[in-house]
Amino acid sequence: MTEFDAATAAVQAALDAGARYADARVMHRRYESMSARNGDIEELTQDESIGLGVRALVGSSWGFHAVPDLSDAAARDAGRRAARIAAASAGVPGPPIDLVPVEATTASWASDCAVDPLGVPLSNKGDLLVRATATMREHGADLAEGLYQIWDTAKWFVSSEGHRIDQRIRECGGGISATSIGDGETQRRSYPSYRGQYGTTGWELVTSLDLAAHAARIAEESRELLTAPECPSGETDLILGGEQLALQIHESVGHAIELDRILGWEAAFAGTSWLDLAQLGTLRYGSELMNVTIDPALPGALGSFGYDDEGSPAVKRDAVREGRWVGVLAGRDSAAVAGLDHGGSVRADGWARLPMVRMTNVGLEPGPHTLDEIIAATDDGVLMDLNRSWSIDDKRLNFQFGCEIGWEVKKGRRGRMLRNPTYTGIGPLFWRSMDMLSSEIVPWGTPNCGKGQPGQTGHTGHPAAPARFRNVRVGVRA
Amino acid sequence: MNDHSADRQKGAGMTELDVAGQVVELVRRLAGPQAQAEVVANRFELALTRFANSFIHQNVAESAIGVRLRLHVDGRTAAGSGSVATPDGLRALVERTLTAARLGPPDPAWPGLIPPSAVPPAGDWDEATAHADPDERAAPVRAFVDAVGGLEAAGYCRTAHRSGAFANSAGHSARGRSTEAAMDGIARTGGADGVARLCADRLAALDGAALGARAAAKARAAADPVELPPGRYEVVLEPAAVADLLQNLAWYGFNGKRYAERQSFAEPGVAQFDPAVTLVDDPLHGSALPYDPEGTARRALTLVDGGVTRAMAHDRRSGAQAGTGSTGHGGPGSTTFGPLPHNLRLLATHGDGGPAAGVPVADVGAVADPDTAALAAGVKRGLLVSDFWYTRVLDPKRLVITGLTRNGVWLVEDAVPTRAVRDFRFTESYPRALGPGAVLGLGRRPVRQPDRVDGVWWEAPPVRLAAWNFTGGASG
Repeated sequence: MTEFDAATAAVQAALDAGARYADARVMHRRYESMSARNGDIEELTQDESIGLGVRALVGSSWGFHAVPDLSDAAARDAGRRAARIAAASAGVPGPPIDLVPVEATTASWASDCAVDPLGVPLSNKGDLLVRATATMREHGADLAEGLYQIWDTAKWFVSSEGHRIDQRIRECGGGISATSIGDGETQRRSYPSYRGQYGTTGWELVTSLDLAAHAARIAEESRELLTAPECPSGETDLILGGEQLALQIHESVGHAIELDRILGWEAAFAGTSWLDLAQLGTLRYGSELMNVTIDPALPGALGSFGYDDEGSPAVKRDAVREGRWVGVLAGRDSAAVAGLDHGGSVRADGWARLPMVRMTNVGLEPGPHTLDEIIAATDDGVLMDLNRSWSIDDKRLNFQFGCEIGWEVKKGRRGRMLRNPTYTGIGPLFWRSMDMLSSEIVPWGTPNCGKGQPGQTGHTGHPAAPARFRNVRVGVRA
Repeated sequence: MNDHSADRQKGAGMTELDVAGQVVELVRRLAGPQAQAEVVANRFELALTRFANSFIHQNVAESAIGVRLRLHVDGRTAAGSGSVATPDGLRALVERTLTAARLGPPDPAWPGLIPPSAVPPAGDWDEATAHADPDERAAPVRAFVDAVGGLEAAGYCRTAHRSGAFANSAGHSARGRSTEAAMDGIARTGGADGVARLCADRLAALDGAALGARAAAKARAAADPVELPPGRYEVVLEPAAVADLLQNLAWYGFNGKRYAERQSFAEPGVAQFDPAVTLVDDPLHGSALPYDPEGTARRALTLVDGGVTRAMAHDRRSGAQAGTGSTGHGGPGSTTFGPLPHNLRLLATHGDGGPAAGVPVADVGAVADPDTAALAAGVKRGLLVSDFWYTRVLDPKRLVITGLTRNGVWLVEDAVPTRAVRDFRFTESYPRALGPGAVLGLGRRPVRQPDRVDGVWWEAPPVRLAAWNFTGGASG
């Protein structure tokens, strides 16, 4: 009994039990993480999980059941139970559900991987974290932490429409953080971002980060921050580094353009969206510099795949073009409700979770400037980088972010360091104020995007570069 | 591709204790008697019926087993987990974890295994909840939707059942099982939402109609909100909002690892809170297994007693370093993230737990229960807040948090909610907000609030606080 056989049996059982459509995913995921603290390894974990999840559409109601068992009997039972759950959903029925068409495909896909991250000796990986965290301690950090994570996921997808797709996606990444503890407060500096940079790549990504080379600098900066002046309060021009802008995109664009939120399907938990489908194609989201794409085919970015978890192929699409809102992240059912012709952004966090609309790689296209040019063009402002805290309302409008570090910008030059930098605003007003954007794009990876009930953790990518925003409120405090 | 069918059937019929014991024995055979192993085996059924736009749109169930092994061999430690409880699957788990431990670096702070010791009997167990079928979850959803009276309804009804066992190579073992049911829903009208949520040990305790009626009354009362200027306001926080305070205090304040790292505000022996505040982490008060993943018996732990900080949560590692021993707060990831209280209760004012006598419910809707009415009755000018959303730490040492209000805010003038208010952003130090002299009243009836993860809950009555720092309005 192969993985495809198990998925096929589950789908057939769901159909036999009354489903008019069914699909099944077998997933086998291996996960490894190691963390180090102050020059010692703190925790080493290796997890392995394999199972099957089947989704059944009975009438216009969905049901889903998952089991960690790929035997024929278990797969068929899961299919039947999914159909039974769908039938129970009809007790509180909704409008008719259709699925936008997707060509039935037989395919295999694998992410690029030069160095198998699970094949790198644990001792080598441990040495890397031990060396970097020891260096941070030597350079003044009270708390020096390092982390890497690896996911190796194989998937087999079968649908009642004839899909038969297998994929292997290897993801990894890592990072280091230095925390200095002062009288009544703590200051943190991280590299390349808090909890690291991630991609659908092999260990070559972690090697390229050269964590140890940045350890001394961030440790010293974390200590300097304890005595740096507080970020001033008021309105000013704000320059964001690329890592922080990636999170800004994630929170105030990526989630806002999720079609399930727009349709109200996430209203009680993740929330809705300020966007109204009636304005798709006409709404001004940001300045003309703002070009955001949805690109699951971007090589190496964390949100990349060959096919989504409904069997839709990875296709690059526009979300915002020259500041105008033109696209959404959708699934086959939500797209049909909205009258759109494509899904393509549905994924499940493992075999036990229902596929749902998730970000893929949502990010900016390059602008015409460089960070140095942006600073040089700024008479009076603040430069902030690396996220420390993030909060946004349930319509994805009102946000407040804190960064690890800030610098004064005066008369075109980067000045003194500032501690506790924060900024706040309203999404579309903020994006409309973007008047300079760098060409220095990095596909930042976010491996901890929470959504769904039961909770799911998504892996998303966000190409971003430094940018300037005018008249932003900064320095919010308790 | 692999052939799985034969191996899958070999593990059928084993109890969780069989599985855990088998892994301990495998470690002994493969690594020798000196290897220290601890094993947790949990079988669980998690089902969640989710509704939005007043219909069930997602409806899921999962039957699974998880086996987690942590072992210490030759001075080195590693952990692994798997979802395959067959003999071959367990052997693979042991072999790869053993390999990881042998290749890993030394672990001089390994706290050792817990010796054989008593574990209390399991808490409440409800057969009907454990085996609830999808129709039985759809019924309270139907009742909730019907009760909102034409408003839009959204939320979920969840049932969870865990049956687990622990065993280690020191000869300690434990078993337990738990059930939990939770319902969380909103009613929506014209952009205004009202919320009602409840966590219980049994599905039968969830009254979908009552929860729906409460959510609808609050949604109607939240319509047509006005925008007020930011600033410091006296507040009455309903239990859903108080749950957020408890969660952040638990994660960042009473976490023994963060305390040892000097990242926590907590100072044992110091009156850091108002005398009205008593916080107890009490896993056995509701759905939880009676032991933690290190085999330590769970018990009630008083973290704050009458305003005085008393204790931190510890696993075996942080407890050994602190010299206090484990408080039963070990868990996967506790080595990295720290041991976390996650069944925290803010004890209510002593009373009969019933309606506050003699207090009129001034405006059925915004104030949906007599307990909240009693607190609002003392407010000259302040805000009634239903819920908080997306709270994040700005400064861990002082536990300064930013977040937003959600699901209803009202201006209270002379004890009466006079108008609905648009959502605020706030930036507030949670210990300061609960500090000496800051708590003007507690309700008598605590309400258990579900977490995003089953088995985790926060229980609190409504609370009246002298001030809350709102730093921005909905429009910026």
